[in-house]
Amino acid sequence: MSRAGRRAVLAVPVGWLILLLVAPLAIVVLIAFALPADGVPPYSIGFSLDNLLLVASDPLYRDALLRSLRVAGVSTVACLVIGFPMALAIARAPPRWQNPLLLAVMLPFWTGFLMRINAWIGLLADDGLIVRLLGLPPVLYTDAALYIGMIYTYLPFMVLPLYARLSRLDPALMEAAADLGAPPWRVFLRVILPLSLPGVAAGAALVFVPAIGEYVIPALLGGPQAELIGRVLWEEFFSNRDWPTASAVAVWLLVVLVAVPIAAQWVTRRVRQASEGE
Amino acid sequence: MLTASGLTVRYGSTTALDHLDLTVQRDELFVLLGGSGSGKTTLLRTIAGFVRPEAGRIVLDDIDLSALPPHRRPVNTMFQSYALFPHMSVAANIGFGLRQRGVSRAETRRRVETMLALVRLEGFGGRRPSELSGGQQQRVALARSLAPSPRLLLLDEPMSALDQSLRRDTRAELVRLRRSLGISFVLVTHDQDEALEMADRIGVMRDGRMAQVGTPAALYEAPAGRFVAEFLGAANILSCVVDGCSVLLPGLGLAVHAARPGVNGRGLLALRAERLRIGGDGAVNQVEGVVTESFYAGDALVVSVRLADGSVLRVKRSLADGLGAALVEPGTSVRVGWQPDACMLLPE
Repeated sequence: MSRAGRRAVLAVPVGWLILLLVAPLAIVVLIAFALPADGVPPYSIGFSLDNLLLVASDPLYRDALLRSLRVAGVSTVACLVIGFPMALAIARAPPRWQNPLLLAVMLPFWTGFLMRINAWIGLLADDGLIVRLLGLPPVLYTDAALYIGMIYTYLPFMVLPLYARLSRLDPALMEAAADLGAPPWRVFLRVILPLSLPGVAAGAALVFVPAIGEYVIPALLGGPQAELIGRVLWEEFFSNRDWPTASAVAVWLLVVLVAVPIAAQWVTRRVRQASEGE
Repeated sequence: MLTASGLTVRYGSTTALDHLDLTVQRDELFVLLGGSGSGKTTLLRTIAGFVRPEAGRIVLDDIDLSALPPHRRPVNTMFQSYALFPHMSVAANIGFGLRQRGVSRAETRRRVETMLALVRLEGFGGRRPSELSGGQQQRVALARSLAPSPRLLLLDEPMSALDQSLRRDTRAELVRLRRSLGISFVLVTHDQDEALEMADRIGVMRDGRMAQVGTPAALYEAPAGRFVAEFLGAANILSCVVDGCSVLLPGLGLAVHAARPGVNGRGLLALRAERLRIGGDGAVNQVEGVVTESFYAGDALVVSVRLADGSVLRVKRSLADGLGAALVEPGTSVRVGWQPDACMLLPE
């Protein structure tokens, strides 16, 4: 292919990325450094660190960010704990069962997201099925309902990459470990778990990243006191029309989203190195 | 040492092992030989504990293995795919079984070094399995399965992934290694040359049963039936009527002599191609025929001779005097001769 032709082909994805990823991001960063103003648009171009410093120091934003981190972290761990056995069971199921089981995992996507969350409101309400049948204290509009909604929504994003990884593991590796004297739990810890780490990382990223910015589930199922960063962002932007502050929140969120996976990767590498010493 | 009795394994409606009995002696290399679907791998996996038999018992030195899960059996397996742990170093792979049995770190490290030396891979302990050649991986797999000092080592087609020349060296090395360690090996293969060359005893399997068990020479020279005669080193098979040492070939209207008497009545005469000679001189038994074709097999010339009744004898001509001396033109009338002890009489 000629050089010009190659450039033309490359121009499509590069153009796409510039238009839909780099440009909006640049605008957000630009506004985060801008000054608030009355008018349309509600900012004036400039360079000020005030917005970013405000978001970092004001307890309202800081606590919302920390709470979001906690909610996303707990949801990710819970999805991992629930999703790993599910993925392992599907990967170990007879081949003719695997596709139906995967379909069952993805089935919720066939219905609209808001419909499903509204269904949970009905189920978790004080006079709802679950609360009445189990005789629970009120669940709706508490952290419990928030976590139920988060885990329910994001579980498939954990199960699918884990399944993809686990189904490709050579069963002979598990047999070899057992053959060499490893009881089942140690086969899991020493062979299955380390070899599925890339799947764990992919699943964790797919759950953690959208979970940290989630605002629909907290708004519909969670309590009013639990202000999360996604909600704060929404309010700054649409209710207060404070674009510079909203952009500063978005930039901080992005920084956290980049920092957490890097930290996680660093930790897994250290863990792996340590386990190799065995 | 190892005794399996009445082992039966069924997968759905197919019977993989059918009331199979097997005895493996102390300090021997026992080869399970059979085609695909004969049940040889199933038998190996049943001994290792990966397959639960429907019926039967496996006893190893007075320990009933039948009730033990794989990780509690004093038996190790070398897998066909090697199944080396890709996330561990060579040393960690070899030491895995020792660590599982509670051997200390220091002792494991020492044993791993010994095993690496045993398979001539000193200095490779720090590498990853993916950084090794196929032959080196095979030796790591062997070292890993030997490291916990199993009472019995099971080898599932251990050389199927090696190329031809490496395979030949590995056979001899494996036999030497086993002798020096004094551990019994049960080796599964579909390669008859491998079986004949390596085995102390061979068990030929067919349809989940043991067709015949014996030393390589016994199986090759005195097969119990047509299946074993044809599976091990392809034999010429003719219908015959046996009367003591006299063997009547009805199709040819002549009788030949066998060295040992067979079972009287209708039977089969099996003749190894390398025991037949073209040109009858000096042979006790002789038949006439016409050469139909010949092909060069490197170490011999294989000549097909059609007899009067239409049956074909394959004759292996020695190349001791060179290819030119061995060649026979198709269409040539020849006599095929053999000695009485070349006759193998089989039931029909």
